[in-house]
Amino acid sequence: MKPALRLALLLAALAAALLLAVRLGAVPLSVREIVDAASGRGDPTTVTIVRRLRLPRSLLAALVGGALAASGAVFQALLRNPLAEPYVLGVAGGAAVGAVAMVALGGLAATAAPVSAAAFAGAIVAVALVFRIAAAAGRALDTRVLLLAGVVAGAFFNALILLALTFADADSFRSAMFWMMGSFSGATWRGDALLAAYMVPALAVLLALSRPLNLLSVGEETAAYLGTRVERVKLVAYGVASLLTAAAVAASGVIGFVGLVVPHVVRLLWGGDHRFLLPASVLLGATFLVLADALARVAAAPTELPIGVVTAFVGVPFFVWLLRRRGVA
Amino acid sequence: MSAWRCEGLVYRYPDAARPALDRVTLSVPEGACTAVLGPNGSGKSTLLRALLGTLAPAAGTVRFGGLTLAEWPRAALAREVGVVPQGEEAVFPMSVRELVGMGRYPHLGPWRREGEADRRAVREAMRRADVDGLADRPVGTLSGGERQRARVARALAQEPRALALDEPTAALDVAHEMAIFELLRDLGRAGTTVLLVTHNLNLAARYADRLVVLDEGRVAAEGTPSEVLTAELVQRVYRWPARIVPHPGPGPDTGAPQVVPLAGEMCGGIRAEDGHAA
Repeated sequence: MKPALRLALLLAALAAALLLAVRLGAVPLSVREIVDAASGRGDPTTVTIVRRLRLPRSLLAALVGGALAASGAVFQALLRNPLAEPYVLGVAGGAAVGAVAMVALGGLAATAAPVSAAAFAGAIVAVALVFRIAAAAGRALDTRVLLLAGVVAGAFFNALILLALTFADADSFRSAMFWMMGSFSGATWRGDALLAAYMVPALAVLLALSRPLNLLSVGEETAAYLGTRVERVKLVAYGVASLLTAAAVAASGVIGFVGLVVPHVVRLLWGGDHRFLLPASVLLGATFLVLADALARVAAAPTELPIGVVTAFVGVPFFVWLLRRRGVA
Repeated sequence: MSAWRCEGLVYRYPDAARPALDRVTLSVPEGACTAVLGPNGSGKSTLLRALLGTLAPAAGTVRFGGLTLAEWPRAALAREVGVVPQGEEAVFPMSVRELVGMGRYPHLGPWRREGEADRRAVREAMRRADVDGLADRPVGTLSGGERQRARVARALAQEPRALALDEPTAALDVAHEMAIFELLRDLGRAGTTVLLVTHNLNLAARYADRLVVLDEGRVAAEGTPSEVLTAELVQRVYRWPARIVPHPGPGPDTGAPQVVPLAGEMCGGIRAEDGHAA
């Protein structure tokens, strides 16, 4: 099958997943009702459910899934490590510190806008800190040093979070935990538009780096011999992928597993050329989170499951099955 | 006309007692095969990396094709020079065809798709390096020798004017080692500049037009194989006694100097004797 056709099929799968996600919920809707509601006709409650709740929420799940999967693929290539994921450079820990500080100490709800802003700021501070730690070791972009710096910074952020939680009251504690488990319940059109406006140029830059990323996943010296300006590519790719992760985390909290596993699934099924791997990961990651969020909403209704529970429960058995069938490199 | 030319090259690894390269001046002629020899730690790979611009020397200049390395844009240099590095491990699955196809990247830039000329270059490179039968195999399932030949194929796919190889036959059996050297000679005859780092003195003497021997970061000898490979030089540089015998033939390289290191009690005696002679 041609790569373009595969991408078209993945896009169709994403569209189907979005439609399914908007149909499912406390009030199941037909396709007809959704189409009417989307164009503002029909029952006002249905219009509200579709236009204010389910559509922005499902789109947010798609955007976050795409951002995390693309970022995971890039980190795996840059660090030449199959275990790398979007949070490996401390983005999640930094974002969580920002969010938990707002929730636990500022008493804000987990979905409030300042929490999202604080999470984004925390993520950026974390990335800057990790690069500073690595630079202090003398080789700012040495992959092994960066990994270690990420792990160390992550441990420090965890300690900060536990410290903040120790002094939080029960309500704030619950809110903070809720944020850290990740959720799309705070989705708004404005938030979706912001994330999308950032994702488009970010993905374009990463896609333009596809060939250098192919080379870097073989080796940095080889990449240089095949015409890559290694340090510049690494700096741009780390920066863009970190910002992508930060934007996703700010919008929905820390959602694990997508960024780690989706790129591997694409590689196992269709190979590792980033010109295909990146767009395919975006589409598959988006589809996966849209379906996972729909399942999280309806599986134990009216209780909403944490999205991370669903991604792991569905994703892990599937990945194990795929590994057994295909084997790794 | 020389392809590479370096003058007064000095490179020191952090915390090293002596410089890995100590005022190295040499030129690598165009359209010929030059082999860099020397004991472990003599600076062979360091010299290669400095000539390729991977290591920035503390002093001295490197020119390729008349321009200093700083004047070469990375991508333009990659269209001129193909490199087979010593070791690299791809962590993600990749087929041999994909690996060899990467040799076309310097010609393609970020967006252009592979055309018929690119596919032809990849096929031809795989045929010459004898990996065309492995095209669809994942690189991770290859033997060390097959992987090495795939890397040679990738460098050939670049269709470079010059080829630099760091111990390209280290993991190969006799047949594949000979095949690589035959290939390098053919390339040299066809006008490609070949620069190769190797431990195999005898094959270097048979196939290379010029030898450069490094010892402790300095050029110990330089010239044609029969000028360079003497018992005295081998003894001095490698600190092991050897006899030099002419290659018995048959073949185009009949008479090339061949190094036969001595063994057993011969070492002690001859080492002392040579010591006096030197």
